[in-house]
Amino acid sequence: MKNRNPIDSSSLEYIELAKIQGTQTKPEKPAAPAEGFKYIGKATPRVDGKKIVTGAARYTHDLSFEGMLYGKVLRSPHACADVVSIDLGPALNYPGVKAAIKLKEGRVKWAGEQVAAVAAVDEQTAEEALKLIKAEYKVLPHVVSVDKAMAQGAPQVQDTGNVQELNKSNRGDVEKGFKEADLVFEQTYVTNWEVHQTAETHSSIAKWDGENLTVWDSTQAVMGVRDGLARALNMPASRVKVIKTYMGGGFGSKLGVQDFTVAAARLALETGRPVKIVLTRRESSYCVGYRPSSRITIKGGVKKDGTLTALSMKNYNSGGTGRGDGCAEPVVDVYKCPNVKVEEYSVFVNTCASRPTRAPGHVQGTFALEGFLEELAAKLNMDPLELRMKNYSIKNAGDTGIPYSTKGLEKCYKQGAEKIGWASRNKKPGGGAGKIKRGIGMASQIWWGSGVPGTLADLKIYRDGSVDVECGTQDIGCGTRTHIALVAADTLTLEPKDITVKIGNSDYPWAPNSGGSQTTPSVAPAVRDAALKAVEYLKQMASKKLNAPPAEIVLENRRFVVKSDPAKGLDFNEVVKDLRRPAVFHGERSSFPATFAFNSFGAHFAEVEVDTETGKIKVKKVVAAHDIGRVINRLTAESQVIGAITQGLSAALFEEKIMDHETGSMVNPNFHDYKVATSMDIPEMVPVFVDVIDDRLNNLGAKGLGEPPRIPASAAIANAVFNAIGVHPREIPMTPAKVLQALKRKEAKS
Amino acid sequence: MERTGKKKRKTFTRRDFLKSLGGGAVGVGVASKVLGKESVLPQAGPGDPEIFSRKKISLTVNGKSLSLEVDADETLLQVLRDKLQLTGTKRTCNRGECGGCTVLLNGTPVYSCHMLALQADGGEILSVEGLAKGDKLHPVQQAFIDKDAYQCGFCTPGFIMASVALLNKTKTPSPEDIRAALAGNLCRCGNYQKIYEAVSSASETMRRA
Repeated sequence: MKNRNPIDSSSLEYIELAKIQGTQTKPEKPAAPAEGFKYIGKATPRVDGKKIVTGAARYTHDLSFEGMLYGKVLRSPHACADVVSIDLGPALNYPGVKAAIKLKEGRVKWAGEQVAAVAAVDEQTAEEALKLIKAEYKVLPHVVSVDKAMAQGAPQVQDTGNVQELNKSNRGDVEKGFKEADLVFEQTYVTNWEVHQTAETHSSIAKWDGENLTVWDSTQAVMGVRDGLARALNMPASRVKVIKTYMGGGFGSKLGVQDFTVAAARLALETGRPVKIVLTRRESSYCVGYRPSSRITIKGGVKKDGTLTALSMKNYNSGGTGRGDGCAEPVVDVYKCPNVKVEEYSVFVNTCASRPTRAPGHVQGTFALEGFLEELAAKLNMDPLELRMKNYSIKNAGDTGIPYSTKGLEKCYKQGAEKIGWASRNKKPGGGAGKIKRGIGMASQIWWGSGVPGTLADLKIYRDGSVDVECGTQDIGCGTRTHIALVAADTLTLEPKDITVKIGNSDYPWAPNSGGSQTTPSVAPAVRDAALKAVEYLKQMASKKLNAPPAEIVLENRRFVVKSDPAKGLDFNEVVKDLRRPAVFHGERSSFPATFAFNSFGAHFAEVEVDTETGKIKVKKVVAAHDIGRVINRLTAESQVIGAITQGLSAALFEEKIMDHETGSMVNPNFHDYKVATSMDIPEMVPVFVDVIDDRLNNLGAKGLGEPPRIPASAAIANAVFNAIGVHPREIPMTPAKVLQALKRKEAKS
Repeated sequence: MERTGKKKRKTFTRRDFLKSLGGGAVGVGVASKVLGKESVLPQAGPGDPEIFSRKKISLTVNGKSLSLEVDADETLLQVLRDKLQLTGTKRTCNRGECGGCTVLLNGTPVYSCHMLALQADGGEILSVEGLAKGDKLHPVQQAFIDKDAYQCGFCTPGFIMASVALLNKTKTPSPEDIRAALAGNLCRCGNYQKIYEAVSSASETMRRA
């Protein structure tokens, strides 16, 4: 199951189910040739652009209903405490309050955990009422520092010890590999907690109609939220409907049901009125997860010519009260290496549980691995790109597994290096003159993103010639609505505006959560399948009217034409008006062969300037070259890449959730103190797509793009800093202080 | 209207007032401006609760003249979103840090989350809903579509308003002008480069028009 994205549990369940029912055995259809498309692969503005730019796009924040109440959540101020009592009485007596409920018994394990909630006629009343709830706690010792949590005698966060095994694997014999090496090098790389900070804070509206529940949610997962709500409320999933209209960013923090959404549903049930809960920026900063930290030590053995003989990796990662991320995949997979050993541990501390964050695990693992290779190349006095090419793999599991169906990484290297001016980098890291030093670095990327077999889409053709597509996916800002319209329009030879796209509703045909870069490679092939079936059906209809065999009919420019006699033909509308009723065509994303590995690849090249007096880094340019199979819409694909570079830069230079060790709370839960990149920090960005169509993967040859460009972005910038100043900061965010510390380290050595 | 505790309260302290401003980065600056000499509000003294009761104000919003009653602690953003249902203007940080709520007040971009409705009394507000002329989009709006200068779209209304303010003032902005004008707006999806392209392209369109 190497190709399946690990973070979407609902899709895994679905696949298990599908296996039992034996529906996953359909043969592969080859991908259509590129030249047949008018829109796919080109740059098309979004079909819903006008709604977004006029303010007409309605987000969960913007929705309201007759009689709606506003909910607020009381959160534990203590990082570890036993709830002794909760008195809701004074809050319930406060005018305007319609309900108050308890949400916690026993132990709270992080500052911010839900304790109680109220629903009132407006937000301010609800806020006031929270202050009246009397919650008594027995405060217990806590630990929010990963280092302290690992020490003897640290307060125990969970029922088990604070350090737990997360992931172990072994391939070949690393000790033998180290013996064969000419050089053995070991180094540690650190990443810190990075918060999603979505523009639209997490929000839900719950509304009951008898025994049926409808929830409007700012979510990446209408299906996942439906199933999660049904489980939490102990009710049938068939009576829960989840609707996502527009949503303002997720980046992994909006996968699955949120605990406050369950509270909203309970408050709505108790009051018989719709209840809306919108988290504040503060809550969105410290209560809905973050990217787990990592402390990864890599030991590598290498021959003089750059051939890797062994890699061992040890990771202590912290996802707070959660398990965090396994980060080993890049180390295990991307470079040719026969001997690889991995040990990963979770360290529990008293903060909220981490959540998947755009490319979970891969960002941290790539920062470590790629930093290590950059330093290794310098030790070998070798071009870092040459070192990567020396260990290029064509099979997965470090060239020991099954062949990659397609791997365009070499093309990414070539085009990326050319566009950044690779030859102009410092041949010796830190070799440049002056106090402002310039450097160029790069990093490679691997991800899954092959899509989920079994994804469904229904394409309906009405007798008046209009067309809609229903699919239970959601557009989280990547342009999924537009991708669906482009694929349906191109297949039916219509225009994108002719297609009405209906998504973001859990009652629609099944589609996976929008996480793991799986939306486009799941949904687009299902839509394509439905549209191809429609074309076949309509050809049959046209053939009868045109008195020609169906095989003789072609569809061109919304016209069914007889191949041998192009003068003979019927317009699309003339054919579909004879439908007895609107015709529905069921499309499904089929499976892919288990004998190949399906991954996306890419490489980023960054140019930076480092002020060696202030420690300030200025990123000048980033070239991001990606192999994502066939690009569906070049315009939205570019946006994905540009946005991911920004986020990678932001994490590399600025972002860190900082905890106060005494109180166990986050000290920077806002945009002023939690620094993110702004308009003033943005370098020139050059997205490149190498266009390697993967015919085996699906009927469009398309892979996912959400995660890939986020993976190497921070690592490439850090490596450019190394090339500039001759010492690797080995930790993100690379604040000026850390850069100056790194320079000190260099001084001490020389 | 259902009875709430808030309306019942008789006193409103200076401390409450400052808190209602959100306590953000520029909280102190704005508050002192409000409470100081340039203030549109009369000076508040202790034990003078009437100062903070409901007030009638008049606003011109997207060309329409309105007279409405607001609470003294109500922000312009609350009035736009909750009273006037103009939900295009977003509440993103609610403390003057991200520009998601940017509207134009008498042509100047302001953070509507960080301004009391009272401060806007008599002013002319332009929000994202008021930019298009019927079906004809403003050149900035059209350029945002053409360049794909958004992803999730949540910060987009704020960026568009800040861009319009720039182009109303500066016909031929340099790349640095554009960056500086948008420095008060955060796009978490990170699409800045496309936003620059859109603003630059809109400026060309506007110069040609």
